[in-house]
Amino acid sequence: MSAPVTTRVGEWSVRVRPRPVVVVLVLLVAAAALGSVALTLGEYPLPLSGVLDALLGSGSRAQRFVVLELRAPRVVLALVVGAVLGVSGAMFQSLARNSLASPDLLGFTTGAASGALVAIVLFGAGALGTAGGAVVGVVVTAAVALALLGGDTGGYRLVLVGIGLNAILYSLNNYLILRSDLATASAAQTWLVGSLNGRDWTTVAVVAIGLVVLLVPALLISRRLDLLGMGDEAASSIGVPVVPTRIVALVVGVVLVGTATAAVGPIAFVALAAPQLARRLTGSTGPGLLAAGVLGGVLLLAGDVLGQRLAAPAQFPAGTMTASIGGLYLVWLLAREWRAGR
Amino acid sequence: MSAPPSTRPAPETGGPARRPRSRRATGLVVGLVALGVVLLASLAVGSRGIAPGTVLDVLLHPATRDAGGDLATDAVVVLDQRLPRTLLGLAVGLALGAAGALMQALTRNPLADPGVLGITWGASAAVVLGIVAFGVATVTGYVWFALVGSAVVAVVVYALGQSGRSGATPARLALAGTAIGASLQGAVYAVVLVDSRSFDQFRVWRVGSLSGRDPDALVQVLPFLAVGALLALGVCRALNALALGEETGRALGVKVPQVRAVTGLAIVLLCGGATAACGPVAFVGLAVPHLARWVTGPDQRWVVPYSMVLGALLVVGADVVGRVLASPAELEVAIVTAFVGAPVFLAIARRRRVVAL
Repeated sequence: MSAPVTTRVGEWSVRVRPRPVVVVLVLLVAAAALGSVALTLGEYPLPLSGVLDALLGSGSRAQRFVVLELRAPRVVLALVVGAVLGVSGAMFQSLARNSLASPDLLGFTTGAASGALVAIVLFGAGALGTAGGAVVGVVVTAAVALALLGGDTGGYRLVLVGIGLNAILYSLNNYLILRSDLATASAAQTWLVGSLNGRDWTTVAVVAIGLVVLLVPALLISRRLDLLGMGDEAASSIGVPVVPTRIVALVVGVVLVGTATAAVGPIAFVALAAPQLARRLTGSTGPGLLAAGVLGGVLLLAGDVLGQRLAAPAQFPAGTMTASIGGLYLVWLLAREWRAGR
Repeated sequence: MSAPPSTRPAPETGGPARRPRSRRATGLVVGLVALGVVLLASLAVGSRGIAPGTVLDVLLHPATRDAGGDLATDAVVVLDQRLPRTLLGLAVGLALGAAGALMQALTRNPLADPGVLGITWGASAAVVLGIVAFGVATVTGYVWFALVGSAVVAVVVYALGQSGRSGATPARLALAGTAIGASLQGAVYAVVLVDSRSFDQFRVWRVGSLSGRDPDALVQVLPFLAVGALLALGVCRALNALALGEETGRALGVKVPQVRAVTGLAIVLLCGGATAACGPVAFVGLAVPHLARWVTGPDQRWVVPYSMVLGALLVVGADVVGRVLASPAELEVAIVTAFVGAPVFLAIARRRRVVAL
């Protein structure tokens, strides 16, 4: 592993390990490349050069409209939502010291969906109300999950509680869809699948602002979270305020999931896979929030591109792609871990 | 949803190993009586309430259907609409209860359930494959796909959960099942959302329900369920010996691989058949055997029949409750059973250690 590089500016000094930085840069390049490819996809035929023209401001009006107004929001949204999910997954995993503690396995994502459905079906809420419902849903689910766990977040019990909660909430969602009229039901169903289709810049802006605002406290406590991995007692003996760190991490993680789910519906497994993969790529032990975020964006965008291209002209929603591929990834993860006898 | 009164509300562990045979028999009779009441309720309750007396009258004299008047309408409702779904619920509940009991005994895992272990999603994925790729549209066709799908997923989940040194612990199997189930779920939704024709078919089938099914569904899956149930009852004694551990079982003269294979076959027949007939219904197989063991103790010769009766009671009861709660519409059986079963699952999972059976 490469040695850390220390930079001093006045009385401040920053230790930077080169490998995570390189990984993040490479991932950013990959995201840009994948994004450009994604901009060429769609019914209006447009080569890569046309996309670049439109992005640089030249090109025909039609080209600019298609690229900037129709396709770019979708691509940016995929990246941003993926990043939000990646960061929140990293928070939860280091918070629970459990590589399986992701918002989808814990039932938070389904909880967000329930909250949004309650808003849509019972209160006839619009986009903002739906988003608010999703956030409330996540908060309530998180509170119930924590109460059921009673502070013991290690081991598989966490996942088992998640399975139970997921089942109840899944039924609740089905019930809500069943009780509503057809138009509401189909709107809700479309939202439930987790699709990036047909979102505009407003949604992108809201999620992006949420990400930036929440990333600040997340990065601030990132190092402390890393230290919490040694155990509460060891961490508090070297001066980490354990309880405040946990509360901040929990709040940030929960609100991030709520935001992402409110924007595009439940997207499975990105929050689980991104931090795990990021950790393996960067070779670091900490939460690795930035790497997890960028990788999450790349994963969701890749899922969306795959969904559009796999059986074109048929379009698969991104959520189904991430669920099936992420599920297989989880199977592989478990098989490897268990074969090693851990 | 009344469980038969417990004859011994003692905890599972401790207490004398033998419980008086007569008490367990009484409990079973009470369960059967309760089942009879629920069956009658299922025929009587609905958007058109029909007095139980009339229901019995109609059942005994099917000819009233052609008589005309109010009684004839009642007869049509009871015989043509409620009787098929009630019988379907009876068969499916019986099958799922027995499958759950066998599964928990075979894997010695209190969390085993066709839904939790991903087996119902295996059946779903296979059925969707049948609809999309082979244009299957009848329940007879679904059954074969559902059976193969359940069998493949059961083997894969068990193989995955068993890998490594510590073997198939309860939590591992549940996790392996969830992972594989999630992956299949994603694939299933991807396919059905694209192909609107199969989405239309699958939409109905996806939430386990007793209504809106092909009236012949029961007849078509009945042979599978019957063979599965007979195998289940036949293998109980051997499972009792296996409960003492593989080595002890072998020493007691049980042919371990054969018993496992027969039990697996019974599970697949029961789960696959039930899922093909009414779609995925989770948590019946999980909750029911726990209730049964609570009354009977660990003897599989009692647990399996009890689970059959209680499973049927739960499914038919859930169907009735769904009709009452959401009146005049209905609530699918799978939704009600999840609300009843998932808390049981949570209660078991919350125990300090999820003990192997």
